[in-house]
Amino acid sequence: MLSLRFARAASALRTVAAPKPVSRAMRFSAVRFASTRYTTDHEWVTFDGNTNVGTVGITEYAQKALGDVVFVELPGQGSEVAQGDSIGAVESVKAASDIYAPVSGIVDEINEALADQPSLLNKAPESDGWLCKVKLSDPAEFEALLSAEAYKAHCEGE
Amino acid sequence: MSIIRPAVRCARVAPSLSALRGFATSRRVAEELKKTPLYDFHVQHKAKMVPFAGWSMPLSYGEVGQITAHKHVRSSAGLFDVSHMLQHQFVGASVQDFLLTLCPSSLDSLSPFSSTLSVLLNESGGIIDDTIITKHSDESFYVVTNAGRATEDKAHISEKLKEWNVANKGQEVEWTTLEDWGLVALQGPKAADVVQTLTDKDLTEIKFGQSAFVELKTGEGEEKVKCHVARGGYTGEDGFEISIPPSSAVALTTRIAAHPDVQLIGLGARDSLRLEAGMCLYGHDLDESVSPVEAGLSWVIGKARRAEDAQPSFPGKSRILAELAKGPSRRRVGFEITGSPAREGCKIFDKSGTQEIGVITSGIPSPTLGKNIAMGYIANGSHKKGTEVLVEVRKKMREAVVKPMPFVPTKYFK
Repeated sequence: MLSLRFARAASALRTVAAPKPVSRAMRFSAVRFASTRYTTDHEWVTFDGNTNVGTVGITEYAQKALGDVVFVELPGQGSEVAQGDSIGAVESVKAASDIYAPVSGIVDEINEALADQPSLLNKAPESDGWLCKVKLSDPAEFEALLSAEAYKAHCEGE
Repeated sequence: MSIIRPAVRCARVAPSLSALRGFATSRRVAEELKKTPLYDFHVQHKAKMVPFAGWSMPLSYGEVGQITAHKHVRSSAGLFDVSHMLQHQFVGASVQDFLLTLCPSSLDSLSPFSSTLSVLLNESGGIIDDTIITKHSDESFYVVTNAGRATEDKAHISEKLKEWNVANKGQEVEWTTLEDWGLVALQGPKAADVVQTLTDKDLTEIKFGQSAFVELKTGEGEEKVKCHVARGGYTGEDGFEISIPPSSAVALTTRIAAHPDVQLIGLGARDSLRLEAGMCLYGHDLDESVSPVEAGLSWVIGKARRAEDAQPSFPGKSRILAELAKGPSRRRVGFEITGSPAREGCKIFDKSGTQEIGVITSGIPSPTLGKNIAMGYIANGSHKKGTEVLVEVRKKMREAVVKPMPFVPTKYFK
């Protein structure tokens, strides 16, 4: 019968803050410290400037809204992804949700543990339940993602 | 009948995680939604309320996940609020004949206090709604229809009834809908034990598909309220649908919910339970273009009513008889899919992957079976069980096979 349509509000969909010029100081800090940023799609990226690799996952907020995750489809290792591409899906009993690439690059590694234990996405979405690692082709994309504070504000506004 | 459905259409890619905002939006529009008599009860029990068919309904309760809720119903007893569904009472000397003109079931051969699944048909033989019709006597029927079809059903019945009463002066049919009444479903292997604690009537006298007016203990003491108790439901389990007068809806629901074997179950698990049981969800698995023959519901078409000259006729009879004789062009069947679950809108292809032969209308990873199950419509000829097909999910072909339904065997009390 009637559906619980997840209204796809066009305005806020997959918006990413406009890239800002990255200052030398910021580049330097990125090199030294792994830091975490977020998207309005409820994904997180932890970027390690030393290796140029970003680890991607879904947030605690997303796992709560999705419910019991039973299947995760991940991109192939070595595949090239562009920011905003659909690269896989998270399936709960009630729904399938796309995973979008929060940054552009090459998929370096996928979390093989999720094939047998998709529930890791519910138990530890921001640690053991990571989805994939991407070698960034444009680290400036990462810097333009939401800070923890901005993401928190985004969730409260939803 | 009515359940929830998250929108995941394969035609379009699945909603992104950002689409989760739907939950929040639903809170904002909650004021405009209709509330069942149990609304406050749900809120007190930490329900996640969502809009459904114009009503604010519980999706789940507290932190209980859909799989846990689903399995509780299959192993114990789950209580569902289905008060949003439309309850009708039809009475009058000609009521049976009137209802025969709306649906293809043999209501005349139904014994008193027994019920049948049926369909309201349009003139082309398409399904306006699926419904449970209970006969109390030749002159009194109790009917339950889907919340999401209330507007269409009311308009249809009202128009047909007006014509009928003009043509049947002195034998008029009186139609009322039970507004503000409670309707709860208690489902699962322990449902009968739970309800038995509320009444001295021996519930083993009520078999699947039968009903009775039963005095049930309500509140905390010995006070009783007379309810319509129908054995059946929409999960494939043994259980009851209990129609409760408005003033007792909360008290009786509270009493049932207080039983240690009972958990409150929301619309999320209701959807996965009915799909495992192979039951249709109107608006997804059924619509006005679909005939009962295509929907795999030929059994609701009474044998006596199939004769060319049987009177009264039913709407769309010529199409339906032709489909019964020659087979329909498409048929609703079950599927099991390897790899990813297939959701509504996913296209079905033949084994070679070149020819599109159908579409998925409902699909989930089955909590009971641990397999991906679905139902959908497939071209006649490819509908036989065991037929291997391909289903396209996220631009990839997945292997699937036609399966008989129900996916999980039903456990009715017969």
